[in-house]
This record gives sequence, structure tokens and C-alpha cells, in this order.
Amino acid sequence: MKYLVCISKVPDTTTKIEFTDNNSKFNESNVQWIINPTDEWYALVRAIELKEANGGTVTVINVGGAENDQVIRKALAIGADNAVRVNADPSDAYFVASQIAAHAKAEGYDLIFTGKETINYNGFVVGGMLAELLDMPYISLAAKLTANGDTYEVTREIEGGEEVLEVSGACVISCQKGMAEQRIPNMRGIMSARTKPLTVVEASAEAPLTEVVSYTSPPARSDVKLVDADNVEELVKLLHEEAKVI
Amino acid sequence: MEATLAKEAKQNIKGGAFLIESSDAASVYTPEQQNEEQKMFQQMAREFVQKEVHPHVIRIDKGDHDLVVDLLNKAGELGILGASLPEEYGGMGVNFNTDSYLSEEIGQSNSFGVAVAAHTGIGTLPILYYGTEEQKQKYLPGLATGQLKAAYCLTEPGSGSDALAAKTKATLSEDGSHYVIEGQKMWITNSGFADIFIVFAQVDGDKFTGFIVPAESENISLGAEEDKLGIKGSSTRQVFFQGVKVPAENLLGEIGKGHKIAFNVLNIGRYKLCAMVTGGSKAVTTNAIKYANEREQFKTAIANFGAIQHKLANMGIRTWISESATYRTSGLINDRIEDLKETGMSGWEAKLVAAEDYAVECAILKVLGSEVLDYCVDENVQVHGGNGFSEEYPAARAFRDARINRIFEGTNEINRLLAVGMLLRKAMKNELDLFTPAKAIQKELTSVPSFGQNGTIGFLASEMKAVETAKKAILLVAGAAAQKFMKDIDKEQEIMMFAADMLIEVFAAESGILRAQRIAADQGEEAAALYADIAKVYLNETLENVHSNGKEAVMAFAEGDEMKFMLMGLKRFTKAEPFNTVAARRRIAKKLVDNNEYCL
Ligand SMILES: Cc1cc2nc3c(=O)[nH]c(=O)nc-3n(C[C@H](O)[C@H](O)[C@H](O)COP(=O)(O)OP(=O)(O)OC[C@H]3O[C@@H](n4cnc5c(N)ncnc54)[C@H](O)[C@@H]3O)c2cc1C
Repeated sequence: MKYLVCISKVPDTTTKIEFTDNNSKFNESNVQWIINPTDEWYALVRAIELKEANGGTVTVINVGGAENDQVIRKALAIGADNAVRVNADPSDAYFVASQIAAHAKAEGYDLIFTGKETINYNGFVVGGMLAELLDMPYISLAAKLTANGDTYEVTREIEGGEEVLEVSGACVISCQKGMAEQRIPNMRGIMSARTKPLTVVEASAEAPLTEVVSYTSPPARSDVKLVDADNVEELVKLLHEEAKVI
Repeated sequence: MEATLAKEAKQNIKGGAFLIESSDAASVYTPEQQNEEQKMFQQMAREFVQKEVHPHVIRIDKGDHDLVVDLLNKAGELGILGASLPEEYGGMGVNFNTDSYLSEEIGQSNSFGVAVAAHTGIGTLPILYYGTEEQKQKYLPGLATGQLKAAYCLTEPGSGSDALAAKTKATLSEDGSHYVIEGQKMWITNSGFADIFIVFAQVDGDKFTGFIVPAESENISLGAEEDKLGIKGSSTRQVFFQGVKVPAENLLGEIGKGHKIAFNVLNIGRYKLCAMVTGGSKAVTTNAIKYANEREQFKTAIANFGAIQHKLANMGIRTWISESATYRTSGLINDRIEDLKETGMSGWEAKLVAAEDYAVECAILKVLGSEVLDYCVDENVQVHGGNGFSEEYPAARAFRDARINRIFEGTNEINRLLAVGMLLRKAMKNELDLFTPAKAIQKELTSVPSFGQNGTIGFLASEMKAVETAKKAILLVAGAAAQKFMKDIDKEQEIMMFAADMLIEVFAAESGILRAQRIAADQGEEAAALYADIAKVYLNETLENVHSNGKEAVMAFAEGDEMKFMLMGLKRFTKAEPFNTVAARRRIAKKLVDNNEYCL
């Protein structure tokens, strides 16, 4: 079995978010980068578990510059066998999906995992686009996956309950909580990551379809007003006149 | 002295030689030189502590030792317990510097960190250093993975600092097949769940000797868990040996050479303690900064008050200095290990010899690091106000947990005495020539003082010169005291303590300046500006302290003109350039407050 896991590099959750270039670019200086959590904790770990149970190889793929090698090495330390980096700026979801699709087409994977969404741009769409470009079924927001040969039973969380799907053959799955447990890479893993293959390929000639015009930060939170529990009138008045929600 | 300075500058200096030689910033090791793999190891340890240990601190503190055992096993799986053990014994074989980064993270895990330190340090190292090949094969792989847990039994009710006065006896059976151990040990970390005990006992009445004793041996019993001030989640009990039979092959090292095991293991232990508490100081400083940013009084965050900024800056400064001294020493030991390995020495033997070479620095670090942490936890409580006094906040636990570090691995008094005592002994054995420079200083004092700042062009060059000059103050005081009391100097403990404080301060200040200079050389002076502030504020305090300690010492043993002459010398050797420390601390505090965490 050949598993492909798409990983994205995102700022650590404690990063201070600032913008440059007239609010059209995220300020990357002094940012601590990590693998996108759902990619790492759920997609990558589940792929590794399947490989451990049934054999095969786990490849991670990332679209980005050489500075991304650091997070790619972490994926290798956690247990991926090899890595591919498409050497290009991941300018939009379509561009990223098309680059991964080009690689996946040539290599032929049995199962492709992505995380549910990235915590920086929250686009939700790379997995779906990728499936479309590869002409494969796509299951989003998977919380559980069991394999029986090349048939998979996938549990999705839906509003108020669960949905169980069955799919056969190569497909793309986006993973969320429940799929696996985070693995901290052990020291042996970290040491072996150094020697695992990380192949750099040049980007294919696709162009992004969208362009970021600007970002705006949410307005700073104003002070909290505490209203006495008995003073319903005051509360109603404030909600009406100040918060203007009723 | 000046001539030696230039000549030695390019090499790594020998243990204790920092007092008479200058170091070159280009050869000093700093955490800024951490490589990618070391970063990943450190990150791994951080994730482990944050995700696996922190959520359970309260449970651990309530005495859930099963959880501690589980976590030790997890640390073992990750490779943390065997990190520095050679690969042939199931370890990871990482170098000394790498191990320091791991210690820093484990040092942020309260009681659990103590369990790890006792297991990997005093519990495991005696076997690595002094075990036979069979003993190493038998125990080390299990200790590396955590399958076996170790405890170290040296202290007894009647012998703590005076460890060699232990009363526990080991008697060889008539057929020579086994020893019978009889005695009582106290304050034994990890004793509640250990699989093996490293036990020190007197053979034939007075031959202090080490043994490996399996915990499952008959006639071993444990006292109740001690009701402690802090690190409540660490298992600490008495261990009673009432006729415990130990196979003769479990003798550790040579009969009568137990003191070597006990003391050499402590050199590394002291170093590691400093790496761990430096990690602790960072965590505590972050805790204080976050609280100060959140808590509002008089309609503003308390972080905006100068008095609070002063505290936050001092916590940051001292932590950074402690870190600088730690990694400087780490680098020295690391390089010495590599040099010794090149001569054909095995890795573990090289580590033992290298740590012994830098035993003075290890003792200095133990005191420095533990007292910086105590400063930080104390001010953290203060920054928290009433909440600092409540167990609902982590400040109180950190305050209690920090205190042990000044007591174990040799009390800070013992380490102060050792630091100065070892230096003097090196001088008497002619390993280190302290007397020539000490005499030169006396001469210098009788000549016309040079007020020029020759040779002080360059980044922090005049500060470095001030440190070199402060070293003269130490040599002046210690040299005169040694001359006066000769071998009886050991009995003049107060003077030894003053000298120790001078020594520790100077080593710390110099480490900070070297690191800031190195940052300036590698990243540019602008990037190093804030570090220069830190180094200068610390230096300012150092010069004051060196002066006041020196003064008290001199007044205790000199009289009349000699005293006046020395006091005048002390003043001259500790002269500080005027520097606005308040403005500097504000700049440092701003950086910490803006980042909402320790970020130096
Ligand atoms: C939580 C905890 C865990 C420990 N874990 C272990 C362990 O795992 N294994 C182990 O073997 N031991 C352990 N110890 C023991 C520890 O190492 C000793 O407590 C320490 O060495 C001090 O000995 P003591 O308690 O007998 O104090 P004492 O030696 O009685 O010291 C009392 C005071 O006198 C001072 N003093 C003593 N001698 C001198 C001197 N010559 N000159 C000047 N001042 C002096 C000391 O500095 C101290 O201030 C632990 C202790 C604690 C509290």
C-alpha cells in the first residue's frame, strides 16, 4: 500500500498575527512554524498506523520553499518513510492541489490523506480539489477509518450524529479529531529523519486562481461590562442600546 | 597576566582557569548555536512535558506514583532516559550539549523532573562509570528504556553533607559469595518504585564502597513517604537494609573507592541540575509575565508599572545569565569529551574525566542556577500578589518545588566551599598558577594606577575589561587569605563563602558578556543590543557584590595598613562605568512584556 499525506506548514497557535505589504501579506518574521495540527495528529498518524498494521510506505508531500524542510523532517521523525517537497510558494488552494495532483498522478497512491483544514487560512478545499483533479472519491471530515483490503469504512461526524461510509479503491480522505492520537516523535525517529529521502521537485506550470487582496484583524475586544444578576432591566437596556443585538 | 590572556585566547580554557585567563567569544558555546536536530530533540521533550506531564501536576503532587512510573516509561520510550547513554547499552548516545537542551525541558516538570534526574543521573551513572562490563550489559539497557528504575542511597539519618561518615555496613560472607548489608538510608528519591538501589556502605568498618542492590532482595523495607515542603510528587522514603544479601558480583567499582563514585557522579549531577533549573527559571519568568499582562489594577495591566517591570527584567536577566553560564560550561565539557575521545578514550570515560576537569564550574553552576531559580519563584509569587499565595495558581507550587535545589546534590554551602577549595587545591598542586598573578596584583597596587581604557575598543570590550579587573579583586582577597591561613583556610568558612560569591558572580557576568559578544559577532551589534543591556545590568550588580563581599572578607582577616591597602585595591578593581540600569531594565521588560513570555 502506498499512502500519501499532504502536510502544510502553519504558524504555531500562540503566534502574534501581524500583516505587512498594505495588509496583503502575513508577517512571517519571528514566527514559530509547525505542521498543521490536523495533518500531523490525524492524517499522518493514521497513515503510519495503517502502514504499521498492513505494510506499505508513507510519503508526505508539502508545497513550499526550502525553509519548510524543518517541518517536513518532523513528519519523517514521526514515522513517514520519505518526503516530497514541491518547490514553490503555496499561493492558493487550487495551486497547491494541482501540484500535489501532478505528483500523485505520476506515483499512483492507494490512499491520500489531508487534514480537515489548515489553522492559518481555514480553506477546507485542498482535499476536495485534489480528489477532483485525480478523479477519486473524496470523504471529508473523517473521524475514523478502518481498512479491509482496499475497502475502507469511514465514519464522518455530521450535525447531531455520525455517518458511516464505505469506499473502495484509491480515494482522498480529510481527517479530523478521532482519527488517531498525536504521536510525539521519539529520539530514534528524529535521528533517522536525517537520513530519510526528501526529494525536491519543481512546480508544474499551473497558476493560482485567486489572489489575496487584504486581511483585516478582528476588532480589539472592548471591556466587559458586568451587570448585576438581578438587574434585568439594565441588561436589556445595554443589549438594546449599546450592543444593539436586540 | 595580560600576556597570558592573549596567548590562551584561542583555546578552550581548563577547569577553573577562567579566573586567571580570558576567554574568546568566538570559541564560547551559546544556545544560539543549537543545530536543527538538537532543536527537534528539545521540541520533543517540550511536547512531552506540556502534553503528558503538565496536565497531571496536581495528581502527581498528590502522590500518584503509579502515574510517575507510567510517565517515566513514556520518557523511556521517547529516548529521554537513555539520551546520554552509549548506543551499545541501548542509549541514544547524544552529545553533552544535546543532553543539556533536554535537561532544560525536563526541568520544567516539577516533581516529575526530579524523578527523571535521580534515575538518569545518580541512579544510572554509577553503573555506567564504574560498573563491570557484565553489570553494564545487565542493567544499562533496562535503565535506558525505563524498564528498570533506579534510586541512589547515600544519605543516612546521621550523615548528609558528611556522606563518607555513613554507618551502613557490608560484610562479606565466609564463602565470599555475597555481602550482607545492614543499615538505614534516608531521603531516597524514587525509592517507592525503584527496581535497583545504588547503595554505599562501609566494608570492614571503614572502606566506603558502592553496591548494586536489586529492590526485590529480601529484608529491604521502606519508610513512609516523607511529608515534604515541595516536590511532593517525588517519591522520597527511608530505605532499611536489615541483613540484605547481595551477590559479591554486585560490588560496584573497587572496595574502599566508593567516594570516587559518589563524588564524580555529583559533578555531572550539579551541572545537570543547573541546566534543569535554568529551564525552570524560564517557565517561571513566563508565568510572571503572563500574569502581569493579564492582571489589572488602577485601570491598567500591572506589567505597566515600573516596579513590576523591574522584577520581570531581573528575572529575565538572571535567567539569561544562568543559561549563558550553563551552555558555556556545556560547550567546554562537550569539547573536552571530544578531545579525550580522539586520544582513544571511550565516550563515557571521557565524560567522567571532562566533568572532573570542570568540577569547579559545575559547583559554581549548581549554586548560581538554583539561586536564580529561587529568585524567580519568589518574585513570581510577589507579581501574583495574593494569588501567588494560593494553591489555585502555579506560582505557589513553583515556589515550594524550587527550594530543594539549594539542598540536594550537595548543599549550596558545601558547593561554595568546594568551588573555592578545589581552586586552591589546584593552585597548591601547581595545576593552576594562581599565585603568580596574585603576586603581580599586589605589585600593581603599589604602582601608579592606569586610568586609561587601553584595549577597550569593541563590543562590550570595556565591560570585559571590568570583568578581568574584578578577577584581580578575587585573586587579591583569596591570595592574601591563603597566604595568611595557609592550610587552615578551610576553617575560615566565612571567608571561603565570600570568595565563592565573588567567584560565582564573576563567572556568571563573564559568561553573559561572552555570549552577547558572540551574538554581536554572528548576528550583528543591533541584534545584540538588548543582550548588551542584560550583560551590563548584571555586570553592574556583580561589581557591587564583588566589592562588598571582598570588603567583608578583608576586614575579617587584615588589619591596619594592610587592610587599607587591600580595601583601596578592591575599590580600584571593582570600579563600574556609570550606566542607567533603570532604562536598560525597562527595555528588557518591554521585550518580555510585548512577547508575553520569556523570549531572551
Ligand atoms: C527531597 C530530597 C531528596 C533527596 N534525595 C536523595 C537521594 O536520592 N539520595 C541521597 O543519597 N540523598 C538524597 N537527599 C539527601 C540530600 O543530599 C541531603 O539532604 C543533603 O546532602 C544535606 O544533608 P543533610 O540533610 O544531612 O543536611 P546537613 O548535612 O545536616 O546540613 C545542615 C546544614 O549544615 C550545613 N553544613 C553541613 N556541613 C557543613 C560544612 N562542612 N560546612 C558548612 N556548612 C555545613 C549545610 O549546608 C546545611 O545548611 C535528598 C534530600 C531531600 C530533601
